[in-house]
Amino acid sequence: MFEVILAIIILTALGLVFGLILAFASAVMAVPVDEKVEALRSALPGANCGACGYSGCDGYAEAMARGEAQPGLCTPGGQDVAEITASILGVESAGVQEKKAQVKCGGCDQYINTKLEYRGIATCAAANQFYGGEPSCSYGCLGYGDCAAACEYGAITVENGLAIINKDLCVGCTKCVSVCPKSIIEMVPGSAKGIVRCSSHDKGAVVRKACSVGCIGCMKCTKVCEYDAIHVSNFLAKIDPEKCVGCGACADSCPTGCINIFGYQPKNQKAAV
Amino acid sequence: MNSTGLFPILIGGLLVNNFVLSQFLGICPFLGVSKKLNSAVGMSLAVIFVMMMATAVTWPIYTFILVPAGLGYLQTVAFILIIASLVQLVEIVLKRYVKPLYNALGIYLPLITTNCAVLGVTILNIDKGYGYLQSLVNTLGAGGGFLLAMVMFAGVRERLETADIPEGLKGLPSTLVAASLVSITFVGFQGLFGL
Repeated sequence: MFEVILAIIILTALGLVFGLILAFASAVMAVPVDEKVEALRSALPGANCGACGYSGCDGYAEAMARGEAQPGLCTPGGQDVAEITASILGVESAGVQEKKAQVKCGGCDQYINTKLEYRGIATCAAANQFYGGEPSCSYGCLGYGDCAAACEYGAITVENGLAIINKDLCVGCTKCVSVCPKSIIEMVPGSAKGIVRCSSHDKGAVVRKACSVGCIGCMKCTKVCEYDAIHVSNFLAKIDPEKCVGCGACADSCPTGCINIFGYQPKNQKAAV
Repeated sequence: MNSTGLFPILIGGLLVNNFVLSQFLGICPFLGVSKKLNSAVGMSLAVIFVMMMATAVTWPIYTFILVPAGLGYLQTVAFILIIASLVQLVEIVLKRYVKPLYNALGIYLPLITTNCAVLGVTILNIDKGYGYLQSLVNTLGAGGGFLLAMVMFAGVRERLETADIPEGLKGLPSTLVAASLVSITFVGFQGLFGL
């Protein structure tokens, strides 16, 4: 019996001694924690999505405390987080640089040609492994909805084999961007007036065979744009969101209808809005 | 009291009974931190430091407190307690004085606590019946052997980065195969000094 008690006493004593040493050490050698970092970090959503460009919410909080980063880079946090973090730092809130996800493809089932019939696991990731999936166009949306499954805000639906993102529901967390195996979802500033719904760098003739609403790189849009906002590189047109005013001239001139100016009905409307 | 000389003990820990490659202790940091040479060295130095401190504290506690009280069986529990506290202490010191190393080691620092190499060396010192000085030399050899294995393997892994490895073996499988090949080479040291 005595041995048992002795064992308990000795182990407890050992534990106490080391506990005291550790308590002493943590008090004496404490690292001064910047309170600002704590406050900033707790204001952030904590999703660690990396949309701000820093390594997780911890990284962004530290960068802001150091004065490196501006508040307002957190897109999931939105206006509220921008204002809270700005007030902690003592600066004016410049608002959030909103970015929304857009699918750069307009090829729903009725517009595309397929090169094979896929019978396999019904996910984009699996279908992409098999010679790049059903569509003849190697850049096209596969339509199995991996992006829709990844979206926690219900902003993505798949209609007629094409993923469509609802701008109002999208918060800009970028989860869909990383999930898409074709990498055709792009983050576009919230102020953008339009987008070219195609990602194909194939030559015009090849695109025409694969899809009737793809960009053929004809450059008609570049010629009619008065604001120098649209350019073609590698047979694909791209709109510069800073310069585009949303006049719709490019959409009118486009022979395939692949340019989508939000809320504008071009004269030869074809592609999905 | 073991009568082996100090130099054979040192060589024993370093080569003959290399903790990682011959006794297969401490594989977690070995595989986890050996990708880059500088973090491998940093990790090994931290392990050596913890091992030395652990031996310096556990041997007297075992010999002068546990054994006289007839509590030799509490060896494992007491040693774990001591090692855990020491690692926590090392973490606090590093965070305060050597922040870059603290950041580089990250998660691996608390992993040293449960690293069987550290507990292994303290228990083996007792099992082999070493005296205080012999224990310290053995630990130095063990820690040095850990450093040797880490540095060598970091070199091997940096070469593997550029090698053309078949798809099925990429990543961990090739690492494990390489580790076992390095381990086989250390079999050549068996029997040195009659160890």
